[in-house]
Amino acid sequence: MEQDDSESKQSPSNQTPATPRTPAPTPAIRLDPAELLNQEITLEEMLSQAGSGAGHGELVQLPQEEPRNPDALDDRRRSDVNEWGRSEHMREIARRVYDPIYKHWFRVEWEGLEKIPEGGALLVANHAAAIPSDAPVIMHGIETELNRPVYGLADNFFRTIPVVGTIWNRLGGLPAHPDNAYRLLREQDQLVLVFPEGTKGPSKTYSERYQLRRFGRGGFVEIAMRAGVPVVPIAVVGAEESMPTLFRVPSIARALGVPYLPVTANMLVAGPLGLVSYFPSKFKLKVLDPVHFDVPADRDRYSRSRVMDESEAIRDRIQAALYTMLRERRSVWFG
Amino acid sequence: MPDQPPSPTRLTRRASDALEIDPDGPRRRVLVTGLGTFWGGRVAQALEANPAVEVIVGLDTTEPTVELERTEYVRVDANYSILSRIVRATRVDTIIHTFLVMDPTQMSQRAMHEINVIGTMNLFAAASAASSTVRSVIVKSSTVVYGCAPEDPVWFTESTARSRPAREPIERSLEAVEGYVRDFAEDNPHVNVALLRFSNVIGAELETPLTRLLQLPVVPSIFGFDPRFQFVHEDDVIKSLLFAFNNDLPGVFNVAGDGLLPWSEVAALCGKRTVALPPVATGFLTSPLRQLGVLDLPEEYEGLLKYGRGVDNHRLKNFGFRYEHTSTEAVEAFIRAVRLRKVVGENEPSYRYERDVEQFFRHSPAVRKDRRQA
Repeated sequence: MEQDDSESKQSPSNQTPATPRTPAPTPAIRLDPAELLNQEITLEEMLSQAGSGAGHGELVQLPQEEPRNPDALDDRRRSDVNEWGRSEHMREIARRVYDPIYKHWFRVEWEGLEKIPEGGALLVANHAAAIPSDAPVIMHGIETELNRPVYGLADNFFRTIPVVGTIWNRLGGLPAHPDNAYRLLREQDQLVLVFPEGTKGPSKTYSERYQLRRFGRGGFVEIAMRAGVPVVPIAVVGAEESMPTLFRVPSIARALGVPYLPVTANMLVAGPLGLVSYFPSKFKLKVLDPVHFDVPADRDRYSRSRVMDESEAIRDRIQAALYTMLRERRSVWFG
Repeated sequence: MPDQPPSPTRLTRRASDALEIDPDGPRRRVLVTGLGTFWGGRVAQALEANPAVEVIVGLDTTEPTVELERTEYVRVDANYSILSRIVRATRVDTIIHTFLVMDPTQMSQRAMHEINVIGTMNLFAAASAASSTVRSVIVKSSTVVYGCAPEDPVWFTESTARSRPAREPIERSLEAVEGYVRDFAEDNPHVNVALLRFSNVIGAELETPLTRLLQLPVVPSIFGFDPRFQFVHEDDVIKSLLFAFNNDLPGVFNVAGDGLLPWSEVAALCGKRTVALPPVATGFLTSPLRQLGVLDLPEEYEGLLKYGRGVDNHRLKNFGFRYEHTSTEAVEAFIRAVRLRKVVGENEPSYRYERDVEQFFRHSPAVRKDRRQA
């Protein structure tokens, strides 16, 4: 049996005397133009490579993979944009820019951060302010205090805006799709932040502040059940007053194709600058006890009534916590 | 089409059946469509090297472009009207369907419809005829079927439905093809059907709209968007088709390299700058460039250049498949080949199909059949 040099180098263990037949040569499958002419790989070699050096046995046991690190990059990469589009470099810049706002403008105070469990968890909070100020506060707070990245799931409307959508994605924002949440929570043990009120939260007017809207269709409970992770409710006080909506202009919103178009107090005070500037309301955040669901993960469907009950219970707990915090709050600006 | 997570029991039986290449056992008779294309030719070459494959019949409208030793080439019209006769006469047990057009810029919509939809329909009509001996079908589809929309997940799994209805001709065409595949699988439970969806294929040889974009002096992008792209190396495509053949993979599989690369990074890997196209009315504004032939941007790329697309490749990996290339490595392999071509020029095809010569080598009694063993 004649062996080509390149062939035996490729997988010497594969050429056992038990295979008397020399397979016919086939043109190179790993194609590099320079090597094209003198490299030969046989089908059987390819097969054995496909089985990753193992025999038939290993094909049978399906490899159960370790929780994967989404930041593990191919060492040939030119940027650090990870598999979710988040870039630690961009995040670092954002942290530096945002930290003074977090510390000195909103003067954020957390309570119960230690309740956020190790491993994957779905963070759920109330949502407010015309341009929501709560998402950056929660993401920045947990990243700096716990040193863990938080992926924020948002309305996919974000993604359609040039520049903003890309920056949002680089900073850890993702379209709210159940597949994204499942993979982050189940396979990668990450923290994922969702606002179950969706755009109904930030679009409400000042007179409706701290009145939680409907929690969607309870999709977040179903995702947490399927991923086998707890839901961690967070009550946020302060966001409502940072950019209060006085009234909405639905006709222009429709014409522009945006979910809602608010006229905010900030606009009255600061004119066009009001679009991007918040009032310095005092932020207080309270992490409530995690909710564990005693159901097997990875089911296709969960009992609708159970999902709705759990969703409603979580909503009630956040609402109750908000009322308690508001009862104790002496001033919007000083807490 | 069955698309449950891989069931270990089924896999055990299948895998051990297929991996034991028994010289005295039944040998496979394979029909490859699109023999004249890059894919069909490469698959047939690889099958020729497999002693467990007894007969390879290749169909195409054009002649093969690679040298083949024992594959029988049959010239057919684009939509395979004589296919059922061929299947009956050759008694093939496996069909590898690679003749699907993924690049809509190369032909009219009508021609693409004939090849993709009508061709596949006739193929499955022949394969499901009462006398059919077909027991295994492998179809090479594309992740284009997932579409591209802002609502999309970062990673499509095989069972994720697309977010918006298909609009582009290529998407609708492939959707119709997959519909036929599903129907066929449902109506013929005794046939093992594997549907492989390939992500953006790139490599040393293949030319696609994407590789043409990356060879322009500047690479077009859309202002304010930096979508993430996934690639699969052309060799991994062939390898996965053969893997599906050898292991009788059941169901739908995404085939794509690990990792998603921002478009700006893809351009940087290729040593190119990007030039931003306006984010609104992109199609309208680029159509003059398209007319002039400067920019060959298929319609579906507009969405892709905004939102990109990622597919989850775990299902195939869980069956034991190993990729040779990540997305980054696939792009690097492409750019290395581009650099070489820049210096030495396009390499001339060293092979031309001559009907008489091929007939002589295959069928003349003067040719010693054991020449491959020599």
